[in-house]
Amino acid sequence: MLHTINKSPFGNSSFETSARFLQPGDPVLFIEDGVYAVQANNKFSAALNEILKNNPVYALAPDLNARGIAEITAGVKSIEYEGFVELVEEHQVSSWL
Amino acid sequence: MEEIESESCDDEIVKKIMHVMRAAPHGTIYTYEGLEMILIMAAYDQDISVAFIDDGVYALKKGQNTEGIEMKGFAKTFGALDGYDVEKLYVDQISLEERGLTEDDLVVDVEILSSAEIGKLMTEQDVVVHH
Repeated sequence: MLHTINKSPFGNSSFETSARFLQPGDPVLFIEDGVYAVQANNKFSAALNEILKNNPVYALAPDLNARGIAEITAGVKSIEYEGFVELVEEHQVSSWL
Repeated sequence: MEEIESESCDDEIVKKIMHVMRAAPHGTIYTYEGLEMILIMAAYDQDISVAFIDDGVYALKKGQNTEGIEMKGFAKTFGALDGYDVEKLYVDQISLEERGLTEDDLVVDVEILSSAEIGKLMTEQDVVVHH
């Protein structure tokens, strides 16, 4: 199951809560303000590294670019809209709000 | 074309649909609208479950009296969902404990599960709707 997170982790608990519900191997995709979670060396980097042990993690490049986020946590893959579509084709989706 | 149409009419398509309640009941409209959606889907005989996570567990808190804020109280409606064959109500144990609540504080019988157990149920759904 693909989990998408679209809210900043600084203002919304989606990121921290969803982490408890992930099954091993479930891909996680950060979009919109959700991408603030993957900025390198922020408060959530440690939690993100825990997730990266068992789950592939993606962030949508246009959303990163729009927010000037150039340095992202190692292991997080930056993808374009095409990659987003591929993930949605391959998985059921859980859109955390 | 005709064949396809007749098939879709004859065979009931039942989907597994999980609703995730994650907001407190009165501060936003999300939980109430989610409840309305559940009732509509239940009318179509779908396999519905509801997971209460984070502040979503407050929707089930006993003793809510909304008279003073002039809002409709709908905790009792969650208690009546079994009348619509919606019987799978799951509550995230951590969310309950974090808020100092126990099963006795809730208006309806629920199944209290770990986050991982609810996460596994999510993967078994055709659709997961977050409210």
